[in-house]
Formats: sequence, structure tokens, C-alpha cells
Amino acid sequence: MSKFETEKPTGIAALWNSAEVILVAGPGGVGKTSMAAALGLAAAMATENKVLVLTVDPARRLADALGVDLPGHQLAHITSESLRDNGVVVRGELWAGMLDVRAGWDELIARHAPTPEIAARILAHPLYDNLTRRFVHSHDYLAIERLFEVTHSGDFDLVILDTPPSRNALDLLDAPQRMQEFFGSRLIRWLTAPSRSRMANIVSQPFQQVADRLLGAGFLSDITEFFGLFQTMEEGFVGHAVKVQAQLAAPQTQFVVVSTPEAAPVHEARFVIGEVSRRGLHLGAVLANRVTVASTVQVADAQPPSDLDAVAVDLESQLAGMAEAPSNEVIGSVLTSLWERAGEISALAARQDQLLAELEDGAPISLRCPILDRDVQDVSDLAELAGYLVAQDLSLDRQKPHLAHHPLGES
Amino acid sequence: MASAASASEGDLSASGPHLFDRELIFVTGKGGVGKTSIAAGLAQLGAQSGQRTLLCEMDAKGDVAAAVRVPGEAVPTLGFEPIEVCPNLWAMAMNTEDSLREYLRVFLRIPLIGRLGVLASTFDFVASAAPGVKEILAVGKLCHEVRQGHYDLVVVDAEASGHIVAQIGAPVVIRELVALGPIREQTAWMSAILTDPARTAVVAVTTPEEMAVNETVELATRLKTETGVDLTMVVANRVLPALFDRRRRDLLDLIGPLLPSNGEWSQILHSAAATDRRRRVGARHLDDLRERLVDVEMLNIPEVSSDQGGEFVVAAVREALAGELDVEV
Repeated sequence: MSKFETEKPTGIAALWNSAEVILVAGPGGVGKTSMAAALGLAAAMATENKVLVLTVDPARRLADALGVDLPGHQLAHITSESLRDNGVVVRGELWAGMLDVRAGWDELIARHAPTPEIAARILAHPLYDNLTRRFVHSHDYLAIERLFEVTHSGDFDLVILDTPPSRNALDLLDAPQRMQEFFGSRLIRWLTAPSRSRMANIVSQPFQQVADRLLGAGFLSDITEFFGLFQTMEEGFVGHAVKVQAQLAAPQTQFVVVSTPEAAPVHEARFVIGEVSRRGLHLGAVLANRVTVASTVQVADAQPPSDLDAVAVDLESQLAGMAEAPSNEVIGSVLTSLWERAGEISALAARQDQLLAELEDGAPISLRCPILDRDVQDVSDLAELAGYLVAQDLSLDRQKPHLAHHPLGES
Repeated sequence: MASAASASEGDLSASGPHLFDRELIFVTGKGGVGKTSIAAGLAQLGAQSGQRTLLCEMDAKGDVAAAVRVPGEAVPTLGFEPIEVCPNLWAMAMNTEDSLREYLRVFLRIPLIGRLGVLASTFDFVASAAPGVKEILAVGKLCHEVRQGHYDLVVVDAEASGHIVAQIGAPVVIRELVALGPIREQTAWMSAILTDPARTAVVAVTTPEEMAVNETVELATRLKTETGVDLTMVVANRVLPALFDRRRRDLLDLIGPLLPSNGEWSQILHSAAATDRRRRVGARHLDDLRERLVDVEMLNIPEVSSDQGGEFVVAAVREALAGELDVEV
């Protein structure tokens, strides 16, 4: 399928004109998953591409948001009919997938083990479960593996990966390297070496002493056995890690760093951006999520709008018929406090703007998404976010209040 | 000692001991909810109320150092050896290698000074493979400080929700895994501290958001089923204050549709109304949380503008915690 072409792609269009893989990274709690899904939806709406959004979020939020329940490792097609039912028209195709860590590891073992018999022994080993859950940043490694697999299947024009929640957003980038280091490490060499040379190894004495005293000799032999089995997969794992590393560094792989307009996340996002460039990887865009939008009320406005009295008089007459109709004075005070709140919100927006200027400094593309008045939970919410990403028009008049007929919503 | 803390002594049945009557407080929660600010706020409050307090950062991200910085002074560098960052408050950063070194020295009398470098890089892999080993080293250090009575209060800026279950459950896991040996023998007294609600508290930080609320409920459930420990308290962080009092909001609902539908008043209404709607959505999530965790005490900490440094946020959070916890400083 061909890439959507415009004469001079700017903004988000430039992103999917150049990227085949988008890694959505950033600090925890900034809405990475919704942004990944909204980017995918935007790409499917604006291009004829076949787009896959992959998420590792264990809360399965994307699955809920897209209205599909994804079993295991299968990819789900969100049909244009089901999208149309939610008021969204796509030109391309939107697919979604969820990372299943356990299933992913089982597949990897099956693929890389030299024989089915060894694969079966690894899968049945008591240490296997524990390793697959926690070893060498298992989530990160698997996410990258899975990304490699789907991009090489050739089934998709654009793959968007929502990166795992990890302590350090960059663990993901180090995952292939770490896997290589693990197989090359002295420990695994020693553990899997024949016992005679093991005894001679200078490392072994303090290690054996400590391991035995801490854990008992039985545990050590369990570990030795397991790593012996694991070692048989070195070629498969390391060979793969090298290829994955190369893919991460390719210009078709672009990072979209997401943040919210608050000091701590912006600080962390800046760090991620710095690391992306330090490693020679490609930053596609910086995306600010949950941005507060200022009204026309300026922070510096010292006086309420000049027509306040006139509006109050008008409202008073409109409400005059009702029981216990509010007085002109009460209406005036409500309008004044409304104006004051709007001024405070504008002040907040101005502070966020300053922070975002720091975040966006030097970014090839910077995108902003306003904070919605509700949780992002269905396709129409994602479509609204996608609309902001594409048009970059965050003005208040464009924003649809969620509860349209009731300006302040239900209680 | 906090005044309310002493007042609540002997009243264990009604609402449990005051938070600061515990010796060990784990502060956990989903990533990005503000765990570190709450942990630092609690620790500062403990210190100010006269308790010798240790604040421990578990994940080595360095956020605690910025949070406990004294305004105007340099950010302290935290290591495994606690340093006094302000009167009564010590801070440290957990490090499994140092913890192993201390463990070997104190409990096994294996002096490994200088030789651990080689060992540590390999140990890391084994510790990752063996369930509970890393956790027991981290949690063991905390329990050790509690048992030795070096501090009145140990506040832990713990890792995200999932890890805390593994940490509190580590002694039990180790007991099942390791048949013999000194590490097994150490598990009994650690369990005794970790599972005693009069000594150890687990505080979950959340925000008025659906995901954070769900993760909090999940944590409470897993904690109970996997370790038998009850969640002590939920701190709802970043709660937006009401924009309007009840009477004004009712009036606004009435006059909103009557305001001119374009121009400045429409903008003003949009802006304030959207914020108010968002606040109400958040409030509903917290109501939901309250219903799902009926027996857990819940505190509300208001949203603090974060355009200033981390230490100012912590100061504001501390003030709010003082009010919510009834602690006079």
C-alpha cells in the first residue's frame, strides 16, 4: 500500500510520511496509550495506510477504548464499519494488538530452542516463570521482539508501539543490548562451563561460597541447569538482538515523546529526548498531552468584561419568571466568579505554555492535545484527540463539551 | 511525637493506630501519581513532629534528593549510607549491592570488602532469577533499621504498585524456595514486622483518574490475597478543588445556557465549565474508589501548581497532609 502523499507535508503528516515505526515514549501517567491509539487512528483517517497500534499496557485500556477484546497475541482489525458506527471514517486500516508477556516468551523459546525437547524442558523448568516475568527487563525485550516480528511480516505500513511502563523510559532501548550482555556475561559462562574448569575459575570461589550460604546448594544447581538450557538459545537470541538494534537506529523508526505540561514529566521527557539524540536515534515529534487551553480572558485583565452589568440585567429579566428568581446582584457575583475562574485557568495555561516551550525546543514536530473534560474511553474520544493531533487547532470554540446540553454537566 | 499520634494510642480497634505510630511506612502507587512527593511530605512531617525519620528511595531515580532539598541549597546526593538532610530527617537510596554487602557482613559475617565488585555483577543475574532474593535484600535492610530502632519512623518511597506485593511477600517466597540456610532463618522476624499492622503501613497514592483508581483497588486485592496485609491508607493526590460553591454552581447551570453563545462570555463559560466537568469526573472516580475500598482510610491532597521546584510542591503537600492527618508541628 502506498504512503499518503502531500506536496509539502508539515505537522503530523510529515511524521507518517517518513516513519514506518513510531515508538511512543515518555514518563508514566501522561497518557501514552491514548496518544498511541489516537496517532494510529489519525493515520488511518488521513492516509490509506494499514496501521497497527501495539500496546503492552496490562490494563488493556486500548482494547477497551477500541471496543475489541484481543485474545493473547492475535491482532484485531477494527473494521471501518465499526469505526463508522462511532462517527469515524478511515481511508486506511486500523489494527490493534496487545503484548502478552507469557505467550511472547513461550513463542520465543519455541523459536530459538535447538530442539523441541529442549524447549519443553525450558518451559517446564521451575525457574522459567520467574525469569520470564522479571529477567533482563522482560517486558521491554518482548515489546521490541514483537515490534521486530510485526514490522518484518510486511503486513503493515505503519506500526505504532506504546512503550511499556518502565522505571526508566529508556530501558526499552537497552533491551537488545542487555540480552547480548546477558549471554556474554561471566556468570552464564561460568555456570554453564564444565565443572572442572568451573572449579578453576577465580570467580567461582567467592560466588559459590556466598550462593551456597545464602541459598543452599540445591538452588545453585537448579540455576546451573536452567542457564545450561538457556545457553543453547544464545545464537538465536543474540543474532536477533543485533538485528533489532539495527532496526531501532534506522531513520524509518521514529520516536514520539509524550509529556503532560507539568514540571516533573517535562523534565523526564527532556531527558528521554536527549537520550534519543545521544544514541543517534530519530526523534519524530514531541507531543504535549492534556494541555490546558486559555480563554480570551487574559491573565493581566484587571477588570471584568465591560458588558457584565448589561449581561446581568439581561439574565435577570430572562429568569424573572421562575420561583425564587435570583437578584441582579447575585447574578453579577456569579458572573464575576466565572470570570475569575477563567482568568485562573488562563494563568495556568500561560505557565504550561512556558514549560512546553522548553519541551518543544528543537523538536522537528511539536504537537499538542488539549485536556478533555472527561476520561478517554471510547473511539469517539480517540477520534476527538486524533482531530486535535491533525489540525492542531486547540481553540476553545472547537472543543465540544461532552455533555452538550448542560454547560456545567451533571452533578 | 505527633499530638494526634499519642492521642490515638490505645484506640487500635476503631481506626487503627495513627499512621505515625507505625515504624515502617511503604508509599506506593501507579507511575506518575506523585508517590515521591507524598513520601517526602510524610517523612518531613514525621521529622517535624519530633520523630527520628529515615526516608528511603527504592528505585534510584534520584527524585527523592530533589524532593528533600532545602530551598536555596544544592540538591543532596543520596547513597546507601543515610545522610541527615534536615533536623530529624535522614535520607538514603536503596542499592542491592550495598545491601548484600551489609547483609553478608552483619548476618553471615562474610567480609567481602573489595571483592564484591566481581561478585556483584554476576550476583545481579542470580538475584533476578531467584524469586524474592532482590526483594529480601531491599526489604531486609528496611526491616533491619526498624528492628535495630535506629529510627522512630522509616518512610519508603517504594516502586510502583506491583513491586510492593513482591517485597512484602518476599520472606514467605524465600521460605518456600530455600530449604535451609541462614537467609531462610532471617525471614521469620522480617515477616513479623512486615505483616504487623501496628508496625507496618502500606499507603497507596492515587489520582482522580480511572486507571490510577483501578490500580489502587487491584493493589489492595493482591496485597490481601498474596501477603495477607491490608492496605492502610489511600492518599488521593492532585484532587482539583471545587471551582464554585454549591449555590453558585446551581445558578451557573441555570444561567449558562442563557449566556450569549459567542464572544467573550462563551469563552469564559467554556473554560470554567470544562474544568469543572473534569473535576466532577475525577470526583466520581474517587467516590467509586471509596465504595470499592470501604474499610480503607482515604486522604485528599489538592492539586499543587508545579511550576516551582519539587521542594515547593512537597512543602504544599506536607501542609495538606498535616491537616488531613491531624498532625501538629
